[in-house]
Formats: sequence, structure tokens, C-alpha cells
Amino acid sequence: MNDNTQLMRFTTAGSVDDGKSTLIGRLLHDSKSIFEDQWESLERSADLAGGSEVNLANLTDGLRSEREQGITIDVAYRYFATPRRKFIIADTPGHVQYTRNMVTGASTANMALVLIDARNGVVEQSKRHAYISSLLGIPHMTVCINKMDLVDYSEERFREIREEFYEFVPRLDIRDISFIPISALKGDNVVTESTNMPWYHGPTLLSHLEDVYIASDWNLKDFRMPVQYVIRPHTDEHHDYRGFSGQITGGTIKVGDDIGVLPNGARSKVKSILTHEGPAEEAFCPQSVSIELEHNIDISRGDTLTSLDNLPYTTQDHDAHLCWMHEQGLQLGKKYLIKHGARTTKIVFKELVSQIDVHTLEEIENPTQIKLNDIGRVKFKSMAPLVYDAYKKNRYVGGFVIIDEASNDTVAAGMLRSPEKAQPIPDFTDYAI
Amino acid sequence: MSQYKLSHLELLETEAIHVMREVAAEFERPTLMFSGGKDSIVMLRIAEKAFRPGKIPFPLLNVDTGHNFPELNEFRDRRAKELGAKLIVRTVEDALAKGIATQVPGELSRNRLQIPTLLAAIEEFQFDAALGGARRDEEKARAKERFFSFRDEFGQWEPKKQRPELWNIYNGRVQPGQNMRVFPISNWTEADVWEYIGQENLELPHIYFAHDREVVRRKGQWLPVNDLLPPKEGEEVKTLKVRVRTIGDIMTTGCIESDASEISDILAEVASARVTERGGRADDKVSESSMEDRKREGYF
Repeated sequence: MNDNTQLMRFTTAGSVDDGKSTLIGRLLHDSKSIFEDQWESLERSADLAGGSEVNLANLTDGLRSEREQGITIDVAYRYFATPRRKFIIADTPGHVQYTRNMVTGASTANMALVLIDARNGVVEQSKRHAYISSLLGIPHMTVCINKMDLVDYSEERFREIREEFYEFVPRLDIRDISFIPISALKGDNVVTESTNMPWYHGPTLLSHLEDVYIASDWNLKDFRMPVQYVIRPHTDEHHDYRGFSGQITGGTIKVGDDIGVLPNGARSKVKSILTHEGPAEEAFCPQSVSIELEHNIDISRGDTLTSLDNLPYTTQDHDAHLCWMHEQGLQLGKKYLIKHGARTTKIVFKELVSQIDVHTLEEIENPTQIKLNDIGRVKFKSMAPLVYDAYKKNRYVGGFVIIDEASNDTVAAGMLRSPEKAQPIPDFTDYAI
Repeated sequence: MSQYKLSHLELLETEAIHVMREVAAEFERPTLMFSGGKDSIVMLRIAEKAFRPGKIPFPLLNVDTGHNFPELNEFRDRRAKELGAKLIVRTVEDALAKGIATQVPGELSRNRLQIPTLLAAIEEFQFDAALGGARRDEEKARAKERFFSFRDEFGQWEPKKQRPELWNIYNGRVQPGQNMRVFPISNWTEADVWEYIGQENLELPHIYFAHDREVVRRKGQWLPVNDLLPPKEGEEVKTLKVRVRTIGDIMTTGCIESDASEISDILAEVASARVTERGGRADDKVSESSMEDRKREGYF
């Protein structure tokens, strides 16, 4: 491990039948990330269950109800490392009734691993996972065509499935896609190269995971920082310090740069920057920093600091895709809370534009309702204006959650689209130095 | 800075700082649980960075089981003093005396007794958020837990009713009486913690490093001999060079034989370890679901 070790997050989705748990077990086992006591505990459970085979799924299925039902219900996070990268796996269930968990796992992933059983080809579940990965803007996708041992390691079958998948791809928005023929059970092309498929010349899954270029997965173009907390020490030493702290969600910033504050339209220059390393001349996404400005402007939590070129939208009327995550479905006209960046404000849903049929992935217009695990497109109005870019441009600036005001439950997560009408760009010069 | 790239440790740190600031911004009465153990030492460092040049805007809280390693308590008190932070200590002893906690005959560890003691402390000070240094790689029930882990009026965790967490957005809303346990270093592994301690040059209680100690062998573990844990008849007391990998109740925390005297030795040991960190803690071995059960009752 050294300073340049990168962190990569990937998501898997599927059920035991797809060999998803076997694949994760294989990655952990072959990269020597399973410990003896974990193994003993698996063996103990296998003995108790009367079975003889250790069930690798028990490694990830951490809740009693999951082990009882033999299914993954919730997102489980698993960790493993190679000398080059550290990995966080968001392991999620694949069934329709767990769409919300799949969406959650996908929100921070650099890569989606889509599993396909070579015997069955592209089925509904693999399409759904691919669709959600694309909707949530996961930059890289790897399609693992699994159980190649059961189709005689056939190159023809591999090509067939790849074609089948490509037919479906144009409907998705994916920048980077790879196909790898594997057998998770036998270990072919997972960590070690397969000798059974001499026709395949690509990387193994692990070396692909290690090599994919992820540094550009963050938006480094348009500076955005929601003000999270204002640091005012009130000490003799730092009497006048007023630091606007937050996580940079896009772009880079330097001392001396012009900066705008939205939605109020004030303007100033960067006086100082504090990063995790201390005072710095420059900072970039996704660092958590504290910024001092040259002018004494009224700025509080929820406001957004932005570069003066490529301004974000400022508006109260929104258009977004969302995934409903609560048993009680969306109610038009009811007041909810939205949390976007560091801003929490009220909203009301105005219109259900469309709904995605999660089986066929067809778009149905003017749906009558949006319920648990549904994905739809909606229009809503917020009490305070929100400052954002379209989710497609930057997922950390365009994502939000909806909260029920009475129960405080998180009931939905959404992705903002470019609005039909935004407030005019404020005349920042009014506040010029 | 020619390359806009963060290492894995910087990325984990930036995430943890973000979470700490979210807590400071959204809650009225947060606290940071600080035991003097390695994870909470990392937490304290992150909190320092998150709020500088200001002070850490919450008090520190420790539940003293009466079975804490004395070395840990000394360290805890000294660090709090150095930082000028307010340290609140509530003891299991006191909770037993007041009848808040009740001992079950034959129960050696005070791990379970921490739960009512902690809940009483949260109630006493009306804390609406308690920051803890738990990590998802420690145990599989924890692997399912959120950064913001909601607890109801009874301090209970309901794994099936957890709030979805997407991107860097956390829902910290609670009603009076309810509270949130918040785990900023959820995504860190044991190796990450040690690497960070090395990188930041953080001071640790010396028991994390190899030292000579009297131990007895019990249930496959080397347990430290002390006043609370005298050797039983027929047990051989040995003086071995040991260290602790994780610190819990002194009655159940196993020591491992080790020569590691520097952070780099420990990192090498962690990299080649064949059992998990909590593998030496008897409290987790009771059953497959012991952590889940304790968490449901209000354990951190």
C-alpha cells in the first residue's frame, strides 16, 4: 500500500442463482481477504444447517432474516484490497422488490458488475440492473458472462450474449462497457487467467478492476460547493476567521479565484483555503475544505459557492427521475421535504410525467401512481430555490432525497434534469469588489 | 498539486470530515464517543481537522465499564485535557448502583451492561446524536448499518427500517427522544485505521504495541491477568510478549503474541493476519447474531 493506492467502489446485483455471492466469495477468497474465523463461522453455519457445503452468501448476508430466508435484502458493504487498489463492494439484491437497494448501491459506484448466466443469456434482471446503473450514472460497466463452464467455455455462446446485450445498449447511457467470460465457481478469469478459453484475450475481472481509469469519474470542470457549516472560532488567535466549510462536489478552486454565491447572487474572491492537509493554494472535488472569502457576505448552510463561468441552474421548478423507496406511495399535492446538497426545504409534487416499467423498461406516460420500487419522472416545486446542474453532468450536484415530514423516513431518491425554466443568471457585477 | 487525485485514505478522510460536519450542522446536542481506543483516536483527529481552526463543537462521552484497561482510561483523560474538550464519563458501576443496569449471575463481561448505561447517559444529556468509531468491516451486522443509524425512543436499531443513503446525502432528522448514532469511518478497514495512525503520527495507548504481560490461556485466547481476572486453579500464568488488536472489556479481550513495536510492524501484521480483528473478542462469539442482537438493544 502506498500513497497512490486508489479507492474504487463497485456494485453487484443479483440473486444466489446468478452466482453473485460465489463471484464475490471468489474475489475475496482468491485475493486472500477471507479470514480464518470468518471461514470457521461459515463452516459452523453449514454444519448447523445440515449441509456440507460452505455457503459464501452467509459472508455477506449479515442479518438474521437474510440468513433465514436465504436472500440478500439490504445493501451489504464488503472490503478487499490488492496492492494497487482498495475496493468497496456494494452488494445488493437483484429482485424487483429490492430496486431501491440497487439504486442506493449504485449511487456512489465507479463500476457496475452486471452478471449474466451463460445458459440463460440476457434476462430481465440483468437488463434492469444495467438500466439502473445507467440511470444512476455509474461511469463504467462490466458485463460478466458467468457459468461459462456449463456451456463448454463456448466462444460462440459468449459472442451471442454480447450481441444480445449490445442490442439493448443504445437505450442506455453508458460511457464504458466491457465483457468478460468467467466461471465464478471454477475461478476462470476472475482472479487467474483461464486456460479453458484461449480465444479470450482480455483481462481477468480483477485486473480489469485494478486497471480501469477512475480518476476522471469526478467532475473537475465546474466549481461547486454547498456550504455545509460555518466555522467561526471566536478565539483571540482566529478572531476574524469565518470559514465556509463543505465538500467540493465539482471542479477546482484557487486562492484569488472569483466566486459567486447562489441563490442570493453575491460575489467575492477566495481569501484562503484549508484542506485536510492544512492551508492550501488550491483544492478540488471531492475534498472537504473550509474557504474564507475576501468580503463579509451573509452566507449560511444550504447556499452554494460556484465558479462564475458555467453557472448552475437556480430554480424552484424541477423535473427529475426518482426511485420511490417507501411502502407509502407518492402523493401529489402533499408537502414533503427535499434534501439537496446542504439545503433542506419543502416541496410539492405537481405532475407524474412517466413511469418506467421495471420489467420491460418501457416508458409509460402519465402514470396514475408511483409506488415502492417504482422509477418515474416527476415535476415538483420547491419552497426555496435549489442550485444544481443536471444529474447527467454531475451526480453529486444533481442528486437529492425526499423525506416524509411526519415520519422523517427517506421516501425517495432522485436525479435532477435540466429544468424547463430557470431563474435568470444574477447580475453578479452588482456585488463587484 | 499537478494531479487532482486523492489516495484511498484521503478519500475516506474527506468522507468522514463531511459526515462530522453534517452532524455539527444538523443536530442540536451531539457527542463524540471517545474511549481512548484506536478507532476513537482516529475519530478525534478527523474531528480536529473538520472544525479547525475552531474547536471540536461537541463534548466527548465514554462509558466506563469498570473493566476498562487502566492504560486506556489514563490516555482518555489526558487527551481530553490536552484538547481542552469536555469529557463526560458515565460508569457501569454507577448504573448498577442506581438500578439502571442489572447484572446477570455468572456474566463476566460488562459489554451488555454498557447498553443501559449509554442509553441513560444519552437521556441525561439529551444527546440527539452520538458519533462512534464503528466500522463496517468489523462484523457482518455492522456491514449492513448506515452512516446515520437511527435509534428510536428505546435506543433500538431496526435493521429493516434503515434509511437509504445515497451519494453524500444523509437524513439526520429525529424527533425529541430519538437519536442518531453516526459512524463517519464506516468505510475504513483495520488496515486503513493503522495506516492513518501512521500517517498522522497519532499517539496511542502503549498496550497496542508489544509489551510483556501476564496472561492465561482460556478458550483458545490469551487473556490478561489482573485483579478482576485472577487465574483459576490449574491455570498456568505465563509472561508473554503480547499486544491487543482491539480493546473491549478487559475480561474478554484476548491478547495476541506479537513483537510489533512500531506502526509499520503492526501494518505488516494486519496485512498477513489470518483472523479478523474481533476474532479475539468473546462477546461476538456467542452466536451468529450476537452483534445484531446487541445493536437492536441499543449497543453502538
